Amino acid sequence: MLTAEEINEIEAEAVHYPKREAVSIDALKIVQRHRGWVSDESLRDIAGHLGMSPTDLDSVATFYNLIFRRPVGRHVIMVCDSVSCWIVGHDRVKKHLTERLGIEFGQTTSDDRFTLLPIVCLGCCDRAPAMMVGGDLHTDLDPQKIDIQLEKYK
Amino acid sequence: MTATTEKPLTGNMRPDGSGLDMPAYEQAGGYQAIRKVLTGGVTPQWVIDEVKSADLRGRGGAGFPTGLKWSFVPRGQSTPNPTYLVANADEMEPGTFKDRLLLERNPHQLIEGMIVAGFAIEADVAYIFLRGEYTLAAERISRAIAEAYERHYLGKNILGSGYSLELHLHLSGGRYICGDETALLNALEGKRANPRAKPPFPVVAGLFGKPTVVNNVETLSCVPHIINHGATWFRGLSRAKSGGTKLYGVSGKVKRPGLWELPMGTTVREILEEHAGGMRDGLKFRALLPGGSSTPFIVEEHLDMPMDFQEMPKAGSRMGTGTMIVLDDKTCPVGMTWNMIRFFARESCGFCTPCWSGLGWAERILQSMEEGRGKPDDLEKLAFQAKMWSPGNTFCALAPGAADPLESAMKYFRADFERHISEHRCPGR
Repeated sequence: MLTAEEINEIEAEAVHYPKREAVSIDALKIVQRHRGWVSDESLRDIAGHLGMSPTDLDSVATFYNLIFRRPVGRHVIMVCDSVSCWIVGHDRVKKHLTERLGIEFGQTTSDDRFTLLPIVCLGCCDRAPAMMVGGDLHTDLDPQKIDIQLEKYK
Repeated sequence: MTATTEKPLTGNMRPDGSGLDMPAYEQAGGYQAIRKVLTGGVTPQWVIDEVKSADLRGRGGAGFPTGLKWSFVPRGQSTPNPTYLVANADEMEPGTFKDRLLLERNPHQLIEGMIVAGFAIEADVAYIFLRGEYTLAAERISRAIAEAYERHYLGKNILGSGYSLELHLHLSGGRYICGDETALLNALEGKRANPRAKPPFPVVAGLFGKPTVVNNVETLSCVPHIINHGATWFRGLSRAKSGGTKLYGVSGKVKRPGLWELPMGTTVREILEEHAGGMRDGLKFRALLPGGSSTPFIVEEHLDMPMDFQEMPKAGSRMGTGTMIVLDDKTCPVGMTWNMIRFFARESCGFCTPCWSGLGWAERILQSMEEGRGKPDDLEKLAFQAKMWSPGNTFCALAPGAADPLESAMKYFRADFERHISEHRCPGR
C-alpha cells in the first residue's frame, strides 16, 4: 500500500504531465526516497495507482540506474569511473573503497551501511576523482579524504 | 547584465559559489529581456530573427543553429496544441562539466532564456530535464522556478502580455542516453529512454507527439543577453564565425583544471596553456579530446586551431561540448580508449544491434589487449566494429560517438596498440 504522503507527492508531480503514465519515473523515485528501494510489492502498488501493468512499469524501473530494484544500504556510494576520473586516479579510489568496505561494486556491506556502485561522469571533471554518497558530491578524492568523508555517514 | 561585460554567462556569478537568487539576478539586470520581448511590442518572429542573426549555435555539442531550429516549429491557428520547450540539463558526456556551473550558480538566467525561447516558438509548457545526480542544481532550480512564479514571470498572462508559460522541473532517473533529445522525450513521457527514429523531428512531432524544441542549458542561457544587447554585440564577443562566448573546460593531468568563459574561437593552445597552466610538472602533452568522450582525438599539430564548430572539423574532430580531456605521455592511450568504450557499451540503450552488440565486443577486445591477451587481428576487428557504428546504422549518435575516439586513437597511437599485442602486456604498467 502506498502511504498518503507518497500518493500526495506523486499527484503533485502528475499534474505536470498530460498523461498519467508520464509520472511513472517520478513515482518510482518518490517511493524509493521513502523506502530506500523499489520492491516487487511497491512496484505493483505504484502500477496500480497509475493504471499501468506491473510489467510495463518494471520495464521502466529497470531501465534507469538511479532506481533500485534490489535493497541497498543506508548510504549509496556512486563512484565516477568515466575518463577524466580514470586519468587522475579512479583506480586508487576504487581499490581503497573496496578494501575499506570489504565489498565489490554492486554489493552492500553486511551492516547495511553502504552500497557501492559505479556511476557515469558526475560533471565535476576539474575536481576529479569524484563520488557521490547519497545526494552529496565529494571531489578531489584520495584515500585519506575518503576515510574522513565516510565517517560522516552512519 | 551590463553591455560591456565580456563574460555575459558567468560575469555576475558570486565568487563564493552560491547561486544568484531573484533579487541578486534582477539587480544585475536580470528579467529585462522578457520585458523587452513580452511588453515591448516585439513579435516571436523578431526574436527568432535576432537569434538567427546572432548566429547562436547549440552548445550541447552538435552546433545546430538555434534560431533555425526554432523557425521549424509549426505556428499559427491550425498547429497541434500544446507546443513544448525542453531545456536539456542532462549533462553526462564524460569530461563535460559546464552546465553544472550555469545551473547551480545562475538558475534564473536559464529560466529567463526559456521564457524568451518559449515566447519565440509560442510554447505553452516547458520542462527542465535535469540529471538526477545534480542535487544542488535541483534545489536551486526548484527555488528559482518558485521565485519566478511569485513574480509572475511564469504562469498565466506573464507581465500582462497575454503570453502564458508553465515551467516544470523533471529529475531524471539516470542513464547517459537520456541526453539524446528523442530519448529524453521518451523519458519525459515516463517510458524507457530509447531514442526515436527521425524523421519526424521533435520540432514537428516531439513530446507526446506535439511540436517540441529541445535546447541545451548553455544555449538557452545565452538568449537573454542576445535580446538585451543585440545580435551584433553577441557576434562581436566571438573570434569565430558563430557568435558569443563559450564555456571551455580542461580536465586531465594539467596544472589548473577548470572552466572559463572565453570568446568563441579561442585557440586550443590558449585554453590549455594560459588558462589550464599547461601540463603538470614531469608530464608531456600527447593528445586531447576537444569536447567530451564522443569527439575524435587531436594532437600537437592542431593546438593553434580555434575551438569552434567550423574549425575543429578541419582537424578531423569536433568541438562537441568544448570541455577537453587531456592525455599525457604517462597515461596509456589504449587504457583510456578502453575506459571510454566501456562507458559507451554500458550506456547503450540496447536497441540497435551495431551498438549493443558491437560496443560490448570492442570493449572485450580492448580489455584483453590491456591485460596482455591481445591478438594480431584485434586492430582489424576494432576497425570493422567502428565502421559498423557509422551514422545511419543506428537511431542515435551514441555509437558514432564511440567510433570517434576509437578510430582516432588507432590512427594516432597505432604503435601503442601494436606494442600491447606484441609484448602481451600494457607497456605503461
